[in-house]
Amino acid sequence: MIEVRNLTKRYGDTLAVDDLSFSVEPGKVTGFLGPNGAGKTTTMRMILGLDRPTKGSVTVHGTPFDQLDWPMRAVGALLDAKAIHGGRSARSHLLCLAQANNLARRRVDEVLEIVGMEEVAGKRSKDFSLGMGQRLGIAAALLGDPDILMFDEPVNGLDPDGILWIRNLMKALAAEGRTVFVSSHLMSEMENTADRLIVIGRGKLIADCTVKEFITAHSRQKVRVRTPQPELLAKLAASAGGTIRDNGDGVMVVQGLGPSQVGDLAFENGIRLHELAPAHASLEAAFMELTASSVQFHASVPADADRTPAYAGKAT
Amino acid sequence: MTTTLSRMTPIAGRLPQPAGRAGFAGALRSEFTKIRSVRSTYWSLIILIIVTVGIGALASASSHPGDLGPHFDPANISLYGLVLGQLIIAVLGALTITSEYSTGMIRASLVVMPRRGTVIAAKAVVFGAVALVTGLMACFASFFLGQALMSGHHISTTLGQPDVLRAVIGGALFLTVCGLLGFGLGLILRHTAAAISAVVGLLFVLFILALRLPSSWQVSKWVPLNAGGQIWQAVPSQPSAHMFSAWTGFGVLCGYAAIAIIGGLILFRKRDA
Repeated sequence: MIEVRNLTKRYGDTLAVDDLSFSVEPGKVTGFLGPNGAGKTTTMRMILGLDRPTKGSVTVHGTPFDQLDWPMRAVGALLDAKAIHGGRSARSHLLCLAQANNLARRRVDEVLEIVGMEEVAGKRSKDFSLGMGQRLGIAAALLGDPDILMFDEPVNGLDPDGILWIRNLMKALAAEGRTVFVSSHLMSEMENTADRLIVIGRGKLIADCTVKEFITAHSRQKVRVRTPQPELLAKLAASAGGTIRDNGDGVMVVQGLGPSQVGDLAFENGIRLHELAPAHASLEAAFMELTASSVQFHASVPADADRTPAYAGKAT
Repeated sequence: MTTTLSRMTPIAGRLPQPAGRAGFAGALRSEFTKIRSVRSTYWSLIILIIVTVGIGALASASSHPGDLGPHFDPANISLYGLVLGQLIIAVLGALTITSEYSTGMIRASLVVMPRRGTVIAAKAVVFGAVALVTGLMACFASFFLGQALMSGHHISTTLGQPDVLRAVIGGALFLTVCGLLGFGLGLILRHTAAAISAVVGLLFVLFILALRLPSSWQVSKWVPLNAGGQIWQAVPSQPSAHMFSAWTGFGVLCGYAAIAIIGGLILFRKRDA
């Protein structure tokens, strides 16, 4: 159980975290979402006692982090996988961490096995790939068999196999009754993994709900239509309360109306349809919409205009 | 590696929760593992010994009977390599801290042991012990090699002579405290380049500047090398040089190291890591 109360962190003139309050419960994967620069890492660092809050407080199992009897048994964290001494072998790295909490030497071999690194345990970590470094970081987080696991952007730079492995690992850890708190700037990453979401933007809490609630509340209905008479259909759909975006080539996206409504509308007015498909407004789009106003730096050119209509509309 | 990538490995069962809390003993073991598990520790300590012994041997070999006088100090001559050795150990002391910042390891260290004073105390004790053992090896090797080189001219001394053993062991203590001074500067400055500049400035540049000042000002004796240098002399400095006595001077050097470490610790506990 992590409890964050009125947490605030100011760096000079910048308010990195602004009066943030939430709690993270056991037995679930809680996604910590926000655009880059939203204050996710700073919040995690304050939970771990690395950064001192300007205001507010954080407790882990009701205790400030630096007063926990055995910090590693309470919390395991992966903040930055590259934050290790490159000249040290994976085994020595894990051993020096384990010894700080009086963990047995054999526990090091256990976690090396869990992450599948037995064969490279003696190699110096500067020769490791990004994925391997990430595994070593996860091994370190698992060392103390902790109740709470915190991962900061754990899938960054991983190949699909590695991403799947981490997803399954997080679910398995939560299924064992542990608290899993994982940050990401990608909504799509959370759709498959998280049970609960905490969304922040510019250091402020935007949403704190289940993934289901988030989808229902924030994804609007959308229909993709292809017709040789786009102008006519657009006019009719608009008068029926839909919002239209023309993608050219006779393809348009109608927002706010269901596929049956659009189909009926076309039928009643004798409009030929070549394609009619419900487009699930992805969580990504909902997330973008929700956080667009809180993104610190808007891109002048949207990276993927089709996938992120709301964001693209605001950014251009 | 790839064979295990998509295989879900079971998570190990819950470890038993022990009594007590994580403290100094674990931190000491952890820091000892850290220092002995990187190769750079070994080669930098070997370089320290080679440089200290080598310069001491050069100084000893170039001494001749014409130098003999009331202040001729063959023990001190054989330990002359400490003038450079102090810089090397101080840089190593600084690196003990700054390398944790440059690699980011400091965050891993503090997440497993958030009681910051404990981490620093353990680091200082482990580094101090390693520095003392290395210093003793360097100083005794310097002494015996230097005396062997001087014995040809019949100007050598032995450990049985007054204050000679104190000078040789004092050389190792001097190195250790210089290392801890660098450790404290590393803790204050956190960046390797800045810490090394501070170490060189404090231990070397101040010494050179002080040489240009009139000795009657009595500033020179406060320079770290002059203060700490008295303990590795078997024959005291001339009264006209206005130097501290061996142990007082060493105390002054210890005071500098203590100021640096305590100052660094106060900052370390307050700052974001």
